[in-house]
Amino acid sequence: MPAYSVKVNGQIHQVDVLPDTPLLWVLRDNLKLTGTKFGCGVAQCGACTVFMDGNALRSCSLPVSALGTSEITTIEGVAGKEAEAVQKAWVALDVPQCGYCQSGQIMSAVALLKEVPKPTDRDIDLAMNGNICRCATYVRIRAGIHDAAKSLEG
Amino acid sequence: MTIHDKTLSRRSILKGTAGLVVAFYLPKAAKAQSGAAQGFTPATGPANFAPNAFIRVAGDNTVTVVSKHIEMGQGTYTGLTVIVAEELDADWSQMRVEGAPSDAKLYNNLAFGPIQGTGGSSAMANSYEQLRKAGATARAMLVQAAANSWNVPAADITVTNGVLKHAGSNHEGKFGEFADAAAKLPVPANVQLKDPAKFTLIGKDGVVKKLDVKSKTNGSAQYTIDIHAPNMLTVVVAHPPRFGAKVASVDDSETRKIAGVVDVKTLPSGVAVYADGMWPAIKGRAALKITWDDSAAEKRGTPELLQEYRALAQKPGTVAGSHGDAEAAFANAGKVIEAEFVFPYLAHAPMEPLDGYIEWDGQQALARYGCQFQTFDHGSIAGVLGLKPEQVKIDMLYAGGSFGRRAQTTSHLAAELAEAAKAIGPGKPVKLVWTREDDIRGGYYRPMVLHRMRGAVKDGKIVGWTDRVVGQSIMKGSPLEVMIKDGVDPTSVEGSKELPYDVADFHCDLHTTDVAVPVLWWRSVGHTHTGYAVECFVDELLQAEGKDPVAGRLEMMSKQPRAAGVLRAVAELAKWTGPAPGNGRARGVAVVESFDSFIAQIAEVSIGENGEPRVHKVWCAVDCGVAINPSLIRAQMEGGIGFGIGHILFGEVPIAQGAVVPKNFDTYRSLRINEMPEIEITILKSSEKPTGVGEPGVPPIGPAVANAMAALGLQRPRQLPMVRGAVS
Ligand code: FES
Ligand code: FES
Repeated sequence: MPAYSVKVNGQIHQVDVLPDTPLLWVLRDNLKLTGTKFGCGVAQCGACTVFMDGNALRSCSLPVSALGTSEITTIEGVAGKEAEAVQKAWVALDVPQCGYCQSGQIMSAVALLKEVPKPTDRDIDLAMNGNICRCATYVRIRAGIHDAAKSLEG
Repeated sequence: MTIHDKTLSRRSILKGTAGLVVAFYLPKAAKAQSGAAQGFTPATGPANFAPNAFIRVAGDNTVTVVSKHIEMGQGTYTGLTVIVAEELDADWSQMRVEGAPSDAKLYNNLAFGPIQGTGGSSAMANSYEQLRKAGATARAMLVQAAANSWNVPAADITVTNGVLKHAGSNHEGKFGEFADAAAKLPVPANVQLKDPAKFTLIGKDGVVKKLDVKSKTNGSAQYTIDIHAPNMLTVVVAHPPRFGAKVASVDDSETRKIAGVVDVKTLPSGVAVYADGMWPAIKGRAALKITWDDSAAEKRGTPELLQEYRALAQKPGTVAGSHGDAEAAFANAGKVIEAEFVFPYLAHAPMEPLDGYIEWDGQQALARYGCQFQTFDHGSIAGVLGLKPEQVKIDMLYAGGSFGRRAQTTSHLAAELAEAAKAIGPGKPVKLVWTREDDIRGGYYRPMVLHRMRGAVKDGKIVGWTDRVVGQSIMKGSPLEVMIKDGVDPTSVEGSKELPYDVADFHCDLHTTDVAVPVLWWRSVGHTHTGYAVECFVDELLQAEGKDPVAGRLEMMSKQPRAAGVLRAVAELAKWTGPAPGNGRARGVAVVESFDSFIAQIAEVSIGENGEPRVHKVWCAVDCGVAINPSLIRAQMEGGIGFGIGHILFGEVPIAQGAVVPKNFDTYRSLRINEMPEIEITILKSSEKPTGVGEPGVPPIGPAVANAMAALGLQRPRQLPMVRGAVS
């Protein structure tokens, strides 16, 4: 099997996998970064959301061979003021229920706040509607994003 | 899901399944067991003091509650820990929680009899007294240990936020200091419970944070799918495309060429591909060439079933509930209204698909997964592997959602997991993972159901009501089949076989159909369809009489004070003045009791630009007895409402000639954030015993939305989902 070099959370790893292996399974099975979740495998649910060079990406749908020299950030490595604000708001509002979708939700929310520091409800709808939550924690996700945005203002 | 029929605990039966013998017998009073487990050794980890199976106090002052109920998003871990912390007068920051191992003697669900498992929104209800006693016992022993050490009377010691104090002698100490001494004391048989007026945690808003939230916001929470172990094999199984089909032959030559594929085995449930990771397993499965033997398979599709159900609905069924003389009421009625409601098969689609991990060395088996029905699964794993029950252990992990899907009476997942281990041989840890396609296409759905309703109206009153229900039984063919009494599966007609309304002449009957599509309880079970049928139909009859949906219902609820209470409360919350607030929006109301909790909801709805119903806002009133944790209750209402809306709008598993049509979330549409309404909730004050909230939020929302649509001048949708053929 070919060897690929992937840069994740600031570290370079060598992995021996099939070229069409989705980044998701490289992260989970090879690097044991299991915070990124499998929910559908077909870019429908957002549970697998990571950053590629800072942009939100569905890792289930990117083959490792297409990664090139891009840098990946996962929930384990996400940092910065937006990430802190989002995670804090999530805890304050008790957002997660089963929690399984939440790594993806948080990654998408952080990506949104980096681009739109003060998102409207419509901005939230557009940025977050790729992330399914079967527990339907959406009310608190929305409130959490607004609260995080507010805390970043001050 | 549920095993919530109270008669279950009063029945004594023996039933075998997969090597499991279950005796349902529980004289309720005899089972109160807190403090009875003297000499209990803690399941895991160090503890200086473990007065019973539920509490461990360590030298470092941490108090660990052992939860016999699975945490699958409904907040049990936190809710149960609150009860113990309250009685202990502990500080919330010192509380921890972990899942109980499978051990039905210690951890049975008191609502299920001698069975360990979670369901029927029963976690709080069956644990409340038990954990209060457990906590109060531990407190009494810690106090006694302190009294002995300080040489003061126990009665003079106070406990606040985890600190024991004797004011007179100025002594002060924490739990950890007295854990060793407390462990040497006899366990008192009878302890005084706290006066509820002195509760500082139970029923208080915002004083406790959920225990599992932090790990669920930084990716560190461990689910079954996250397990990795040395030499572990990942397994995916190719299941037959038609229910009831079998493997005829397999050509696995292409599969075996894929790097990372380790082996291929035929199991009773399908063909298993073993690989060193998920991707080769998925690829390997796709490369299998399987010929299926369809001779015993289900070949009917949902259109054929609907035709058959309609024909059945013309004939009388088995009586489920009846009073007065419905036929006479119809003969004398001023007006007769009829309606047929059709409900599709629904998949649960928990966010984490089904999965399990097992280690088996030929002598012992350890399974680790989001196990919801321990006692059934335990027996099933032992049966498949030819082990004695004591050679099997199940660790209960976080489940990424369930909605009933993991509460399997047939233990099909546990059996497949054990079969996968058995086929590859001892000494090879196996992680079985279902993909989303396996999940959506794998059956165990909310049954497809048809209701044929007739209502008789006379002199402005509903005088007659019949409801004929047609659908599969959830319990039939499972170890719970004994619950079927006189041919009626209680879960088929719960909510239908009696009404919350005063109707003089009433009749409800049932046709149980035989279809090879496996069915299972789905968040709120029978109420998912009976709530919709009853609450849409009563609204339609009230509309025909020209009555207000709220006032009209209340007139007929003389025997339902708690249901009437939530209905009044929700009307007040929404400032209800009738169904038509204007600006293109309308409001609908519904009230449903399920699992001994009472919920009323009002939905404000318009038709969106895309032609689909758009739910803008939902008001919700809850009476679930003592409200242990208001934030958790609100979360379950919010989630239940969202789950309900998603499915009444889009949820449907059509079947064509025996083969399931949808595949994944692209064709089994799920509610998304832009479709979620704003929600306002009021929790009624109550001193009734606490009842569940995991499921009861779901049933009222469908009919509330449908009734709003009627107020918009549209029909109440009589065939769900409202948006048919929905793909995103
Ligand atoms: S797993 Fe990637 S979007 Fe669902
Ligand atoms: S919290 Fe369970 S799926 Fe989102």
